[in-house]
Amino acid sequence: MIRADAIEAIEFPHLAIKYQVQGVPRTVINETYFVDGAVPEPMMVEEVLKALGKESLKP
Amino acid sequence: MPILKERERKEVQKHFEALTNPVKLVMFTQKIECEYCEETRMMVEELAALSDKVTAEIYNFIIDEEMAEKYAVDKIPAIAILGVHPQGPSPKEKDYGIRYYGFPAGYEFSAFIEDIKSVSSGQSGLSEETKAALAQIDEPVHIQVFTTPT
Repeated sequence: MIRADAIEAIEFPHLAIKYQVQGVPRTVINETYFVDGAVPEPMMVEEVLKALGKESLKP
Repeated sequence: MPILKERERKEVQKHFEALTNPVKLVMFTQKIECEYCEETRMMVEELAALSDKVTAEIYNFIIDEEMAEKYAVDKIPAIAILGVHPQGPSPKEKDYGIRYYGFPAGYEFSAFIEDIKSVSSGQSGLSEETKAALAQIDEPVHIQVFTTPT
């Protein structure tokens, strides 16, 4: 299942530091994969698949 | 003093008129409230007052720790937007995995209202291609989007 959290960086500074958030939005996928900026939907999907090592599943 | 301005309240009420299925806002806070916990709780309660399709359930992060575990909430203030299916099978709620951590201000507030509408309709608004790609994912994915209030 996909869980998605919207996190206010100012209220959780320890997380902003942990994930090195400088510009927003910063999207963190499964702890270690980062996407910076607001990206179009198909690109976000691609990034999720890449984060899972599953680019080949793109239809 | 209320959190939502009169203009915001009227606008949200208009959005909520289009709601079909009920939604519940499950919120976690703390008695000795964290910095934005009180405002977030007040906002959630004010939103629930704008529509009988929207209910609020407020839990204490420390005392209600089994609920926090149930909804996988690990920090506060936290809001989970859940669909409610009174006619459906137990637990009569649908968790889409949507969580808001922190007080949703500025653009986040619009996103929050849009999410309530999406959960109510059960429609994500995503394209067919996106849904097809996501349907192939068979492992847990945790997405965390960091924003700042603008």
